[in-house]
Amino acid sequence: MKPFEWSRRGLIAAVFGAAVATGLAAPAVSQTPPGVLIVGQIAEPKSLDPAAVTAVNDFRILVNLYEGLLRYAPGTLEVAPALATDWEVSEDGTEYTFTLREGVTFHDGTPFNADAVKFNFDRMLNEDHPYHDTGPFPLAFFFSAVQSTEVIDDMTVKFTLDAPYAPFLSNLAYPTGLMVSPAAVEASGADFGRNPVGTGPFKFAEWRSNEAVVIEKNPDYWGEPAGTDAVVFRPITDANTRVAEMLAGGIDMMVEVPPTALSEFQGEAFRVVEQAGPHLWFLILNAKEGPFADKLVRQAANYAINKEAIVNDVLEGTADVAAGPIPPAFAWAYDESLDPYPYDPEKARALLAEAGVAEGTEVVFYVTEGGSGMLDPVPMGTAIQADLNAVGLDVKIETYEWNTFLGEVNPGLEGKADMAEMAWMTNDPDTLPFLALRTAAWPDAGFNSGYYSNPEVDALLEQARVATSQDERAELYREMQRIVHDDAPWVFVANWKQNAVTSDKVENFSLEPSFLLMLSDVVKN
Amino acid sequence: MGAHILKRLISAIPVLLGITVIVFLIMAMIPGDPATAILGSYATPENVEKLNRDLGLDKPLVTRYFIWLGNMLSGGFGRSFSLNRPVIDEILDRFNATLILAGVSFVLCTLLGILAGVVSAARQYGLADKAITFTVLIGISVPSFFLGMMMILVFAVNLRLLPVSGMYAIYGGGDLIDLARHLVMPALALAVVATGVIARLSRSAMLEVLRQDYIRTARAKGVHERRVIMGHALRAAMVSIIPVLGIQAGFVLSGSVYIEIVFQWPGVGRMLVDAILKRDILLVQGGVVFVAAAYVFFNIAVDVAQSLLDPRIKT
Repeated sequence: MKPFEWSRRGLIAAVFGAAVATGLAAPAVSQTPPGVLIVGQIAEPKSLDPAAVTAVNDFRILVNLYEGLLRYAPGTLEVAPALATDWEVSEDGTEYTFTLREGVTFHDGTPFNADAVKFNFDRMLNEDHPYHDTGPFPLAFFFSAVQSTEVIDDMTVKFTLDAPYAPFLSNLAYPTGLMVSPAAVEASGADFGRNPVGTGPFKFAEWRSNEAVVIEKNPDYWGEPAGTDAVVFRPITDANTRVAEMLAGGIDMMVEVPPTALSEFQGEAFRVVEQAGPHLWFLILNAKEGPFADKLVRQAANYAINKEAIVNDVLEGTADVAAGPIPPAFAWAYDESLDPYPYDPEKARALLAEAGVAEGTEVVFYVTEGGSGMLDPVPMGTAIQADLNAVGLDVKIETYEWNTFLGEVNPGLEGKADMAEMAWMTNDPDTLPFLALRTAAWPDAGFNSGYYSNPEVDALLEQARVATSQDERAELYREMQRIVHDDAPWVFVANWKQNAVTSDKVENFSLEPSFLLMLSDVVKN
Repeated sequence: MGAHILKRLISAIPVLLGITVIVFLIMAMIPGDPATAILGSYATPENVEKLNRDLGLDKPLVTRYFIWLGNMLSGGFGRSFSLNRPVIDEILDRFNATLILAGVSFVLCTLLGILAGVVSAARQYGLADKAITFTVLIGISVPSFFLGMMMILVFAVNLRLLPVSGMYAIYGGGDLIDLARHLVMPALALAVVATGVIARLSRSAMLEVLRQDYIRTARAKGVHERRVIMGHALRAAMVSIIPVLGIQAGFVLSGSVYIEIVFQWPGVGRMLVDAILKRDILLVQGGVVFVAAAYVFFNIAVDVAQSLLDPRIKT
């Protein structure tokens, strides 16, 4: 007698098991209902309190729930009216007076007025405000120039700045400037971030931890009503799984598609959307010591690196070659006449020889494993290493995890490295150069980790910050770009084009240069 | 027996205390701080200092440790800054999900592993034995996250039989069938390696026992072969299989980290990975202590089960 003959009991069990298995698999994968848009996000949001968050991932939800005094006009990075209909700037650039939109209410029914605006800014900026403890508010320094917020009348509010500060308007349009309901903050306290109340075209419905944030159409919206009944944001942290969900129809839209996965979405069933934004990927060069202290060597590095190959081959066309320190997305401030350094290894070799750099000079290169806006930093780093080695340098890569990397790079490269990868996304052309190119922004005070210093650039940036006319600012920025392009404190590598994929059931969707995800007009069939 | 359990429980206290010290020190020593992680590009030293002060990280290390320990003893694990909710709420939510996944997976690998091992041993060098040994070798060799991705490609993307990821459907889900549908792939992917290990071990344990005299005696006196294997041999072999089950339970629990990421299972492993990347100190510390405590208690349970089976082991 063999011990494991198919017994009748075993046969019944096997049949039953198979039946259960097919039963589980049988119902067709749930198709998402019309009118409900399911968005694959890259992570669980930290909070839905606009003053408390810093991540683009969270902003993508917030801008649909809330509005600020200003917003970015669709398709641009220029400010336009939102909850404020009009504004005046005083002659000296220190007083901004806003007229507010009439008839706007928060989702909790309380009115939007000058008192609400004052509450918002006082909560963020005054340490003795009763609701300041609902923070911390990490980006409050966007408004650190604000000395006081005054209620002139119910529909007029005035900000007084301690000094002229041109990026103020642009910062008001940034998600940190979104207006929250004072009554809701008073009711929820520190839990406001999980019970958000704004004025936007959508209102908050529910947040199931690690599963989904659901927002639904606000029937009392003052403007054009939303095109969908609800939007569901699903956190899917693994990029491959996000792609699989999109392919399987589990989500209608995904953001930040990995370059290598884009080819999966060719064909009728999907649409790929692209938009260049205010992003710059660059290499910080140590201008204080080592080979890059010489301008000729810094220029040589710009010539030696094949940026076309990096954006086309490594990044599969998801970025453009960068020309200078200001991304072209800031159309009004960008210098069109500026061309990227061409790929010219011969010229690079000649410049290195002219500077007297010996063949095989060692260069230490800090590379990160990942990080916000860093795209594909390791393959990009090795491509750069190969290009620089080809013209006679000896590049040694040191790789760090993102937070460790920032901890090494932000305090300055002196004594440690000759170059480092870096990327920024900003909302105003002022931000990056002001924080990372001025002499006064050397480490400990700012992010000029390569110790670049040019008094002309310093003066231009200071002037641009206090200028009140946009044309005047634009002229100063163009001048600055030309000088910085020539001084080459950085290797200007790439401007990222943000991408998204939607199913063919999604209509009216476009990405914004601000990298914010505006979903009010989107229709889902 | 009661005294034995009590002794084991008391001996767990220094282990757990040691774990709190180690995890606290590791989090204090790894480079990068939460403020830098939150502020990203905007992490000026001034901003970092202010934010660290707001987060209460400017106090001396020893003070912070005792505040944390004191809070834990009174049942509070503090508040996660990256999720803006109490750490304990998050851990309980997540631990629940991990227990479901790891639990089902553990039951699967135990049943399948022992069954495969027993069949293999009973039919040593037969066709079934060879087939099982070969399958087991492949199961042990294929990384579980790769297997998981392949399963997603085949069953979710191409065949559209099962959902890709998550624990419940966004719409119309939430019942047991929905949960089971989401559980099939991750539980199987997670069980594969452990099944292989258990199968190999069960096979050799069974072979060892089957050579014993009393098995021959049982056969000689005409006991039905199924009863010899299941009743006499397996029972004796279990003594050496059970400790391995305890170790495998630990592997299933820690292996769930990859599987949770691939299948976006909202479990404690994925939570810890996210928390470490964000330097969410309290969440990492709370999560590690919780998992470690679960592991310690599981091991105690295994010891107790073993001493129930084999009274000689009582120490």
